[in-house]
Amino acid sequence: MEKKPLEGVKVIQLCWAGVGVYTCNFLSHYGATTIRVETSTYPDPVRVFEPTAPTCKPGEPVGLERSVFYSITHTAPELGMVLNLKQPEAQEIFKKLVVWADVVIEGFPMGVMDKIGLDYEGLKKIKPDIIMLRSCGYGHTGPMATQPGFGSIITAVTMMDTFTGWPDRRPLAPTTYYTDQLVPMYAALSILAALDYRRRTGQGMYIDHSQMESGLNFVTPLILDYEANGRKPALKGNRSDYAAPHGIYPCQGQDRWVAISVDTQEQWESFKKIAGNPAWASEAGFATLSDRLKNNDALDALVAEWTSHLTAEQVMALLQGAGVGAGVVANSRDLDNDLQMNYDNFYRQIDHPYMGKLRFYHPAAIELSRAEADIKMPVLLGQHTDYICKEILGMSQSEIDQLRQKDVFK
Amino acid sequence: MLSCYRILDLTDERAFICGKALSDFGAEVIKIEKPGGDPSRFKGTFYHDIPDPEKNLTWFAFNTNKKSITLDIETDEGRAIFQKLVKKADVVLESFAPGYLDKIGLGYEDLYKVNPGIILTSITGFGQEGPYKSFKDPDIVVRALGGLIYTTGYEDRPPLNPGYQHTFIIGAMYAAVGTMIALQHRHLTGLGQHVDASVQQACVVVASAEIEGPYALFGRILSRHGRARGSVTLKDGTIFYNPLLWECKDGDIAFNLLLNQTSVKSNLALMEGIKKDGIDIGFLGQWEWDKKGWKDISPEQAKEVVNILSQFFRKHTKAELLDMAIKNRFQLGPCNDAGDVLNHPQLLARDYWKEIPHPELGASLKYPGGAVKMSGAECGVRRRAPLIGEHNLEIYKKELKLSDNRIRSLQERKVI
Repeated sequence: MEKKPLEGVKVIQLCWAGVGVYTCNFLSHYGATTIRVETSTYPDPVRVFEPTAPTCKPGEPVGLERSVFYSITHTAPELGMVLNLKQPEAQEIFKKLVVWADVVIEGFPMGVMDKIGLDYEGLKKIKPDIIMLRSCGYGHTGPMATQPGFGSIITAVTMMDTFTGWPDRRPLAPTTYYTDQLVPMYAALSILAALDYRRRTGQGMYIDHSQMESGLNFVTPLILDYEANGRKPALKGNRSDYAAPHGIYPCQGQDRWVAISVDTQEQWESFKKIAGNPAWASEAGFATLSDRLKNNDALDALVAEWTSHLTAEQVMALLQGAGVGAGVVANSRDLDNDLQMNYDNFYRQIDHPYMGKLRFYHPAAIELSRAEADIKMPVLLGQHTDYICKEILGMSQSEIDQLRQKDVFK
Repeated sequence: MLSCYRILDLTDERAFICGKALSDFGAEVIKIEKPGGDPSRFKGTFYHDIPDPEKNLTWFAFNTNKKSITLDIETDEGRAIFQKLVKKADVVLESFAPGYLDKIGLGYEDLYKVNPGIILTSITGFGQEGPYKSFKDPDIVVRALGGLIYTTGYEDRPPLNPGYQHTFIIGAMYAAVGTMIALQHRHLTGLGQHVDASVQQACVVVASAEIEGPYALFGRILSRHGRARGSVTLKDGTIFYNPLLWECKDGDIAFNLLLNQTSVKSNLALMEGIKKDGIDIGFLGQWEWDKKGWKDISPEQAKEVVNILSQFFRKHTKAELLDMAIKNRFQLGPCNDAGDVLNHPQLLARDYWKEIPHPELGASLKYPGGAVKMSGAECGVRRRAPLIGEHNLEIYKKELKLSDNRIRSLQERKVI
């Protein structure tokens, strides 16, 4: 069998929540061996995020293995180890793991790893060519280095909450934890680039990933428009300056909508035909794009009148069949049933010992023609502690038992 | 770091960021434009609002570091020149409709024959295969089918698409990572491959984190609730939509009130701040922060909490609230605009902004700095985006050794 893209790459991850984990997944989905180190004495908050899968046995506590969010984010093969890093013996074990590893990824604000000497300088002494990525909200230097930053907050500070809304109301967030899913791509690129560089030069690397700084790379056109023209993004509902009709239109059924974008004159002619060539569509006020943009209010109302007699699926099929952009405004059930997503085999069903069979485990949004993403059940807390101690670190069972009694593996 | 790799970039403006991100880590990226200039140069926002293809701000934003050559790959000669370039390249990036490159004889199989190590990365709305592959894929349509629009908006109005249309960027960034994974793979196998990035899938990844849990476990479909995003269950079993964005004195802030044990310290500090303003904190004065949560609160009390916080936030500016957040390590952030980020103390302290000269404009512009800071390597913007065909001579004459006559002839026939 052909080798996997990242076969042989060894990763240690100490990541909470989303960013670091999404970053690791790119490596672990495609062949890296990843050890997740965590502790039950201070668990990853994501392990208790709501909603959690109900327990079947009366009185059983929910515990740390039932959160959907944890489950959705940890879809790559990982080995799980518990280490209480407050214990000196645990720190020694961690250092041995660093000798084994190529990459260490951690996602705490500044200070947490430094206190126990496991910052980059500390790791470099143990393994000179180690690649270490540290990810936090605002970066690891400067006055906000220790400030925690959830994705919902970093989304706001990176201007992402300024461009969605109606002219007569305050702006909205385009989704809740937006940057959590955007900035891992830059973090993953930096690790992959560092691995490539190390192969050629033998050099390790320290990577300081500020989620705010990565996030701002997604809005550069808005920053340049402000600098050059003093302009801030206008709130304009679903309108576009380059297409009309362009919007979200009501359809038959409860809270059903369709997105339509008519981009070219040719598409406008097709749209008219599909809508049954109504008299209004041939009025002079809708003849060209600039006419339609001028009379957008009237146009939107007439388009909405047409769509409201059809289902969203019908409008999509009719318009796409005629080469005009249209799509169902999909909710979670639509995504589950979506023809393309199912064709892509995007959602995989996995039987989990605590959560049962669920069908939401998914790869990243890429397909490689020579490599398959490996999708696995989320790793349980400390699932492979003994295996790692024995097989990777060469420890004996009695040594492991002794350390366990000292609460090192907790 | 990646200067040993050459990337040929055929993408349109929606996917420019893919090559840009790779060039930030040092890759040599050659943007291939249609003779006369890439069509994207003619639409969008412009420097000083002057509609000039050399002043397009989206072009500036996502083509920094790249070189530009002009080439019509639909002509026989253009195709032959492109194939010559592919021989010495590592990656080709493209965002045409699925099947287009096959049709003009430059699909993956064709490129493989020229260079088996080549990686072809495709970025489209719905991927290369499947029932939607021939669908039109404008931003709003892909975002809708990707599940991100349904949950955004006010209850009494249609769902909302962002006014800054950027959805393809998410798929294009996945494509950049896929390209790097394929390059790693090539070191092991000697072979390139086809990387297929679907923007719909990219949206579903983003949407899933929020909507998939309630649906998978309870069949509950999350919809839109204005400025509130997360939901919590109250004492009487009703659902309360927890506000995320709040109006303050000079704009908006993001703050999600967490009522759990991890937030006791910051919640107490927030209450002190509110009391100092003379605002009555009502039942929260006796609240047992370390023991109780949303499940102990009635709907009336939830409304009271919102009212207390609204009053407080409206009295303060974004800067004051940020200051308070830093002092007490709150999870609170201003909804920054471009002016705010350009003067942001943390970004200034880290020397984030990169001033890039644009000699043709007689000016310089500040660009966001690198997405990461690395020891011993640079990441980010090095030079402004290229002019139309700025590197034609470098590539065609110096590298491919075409004669002056041949170049002139190709220009006259609009091949380059």
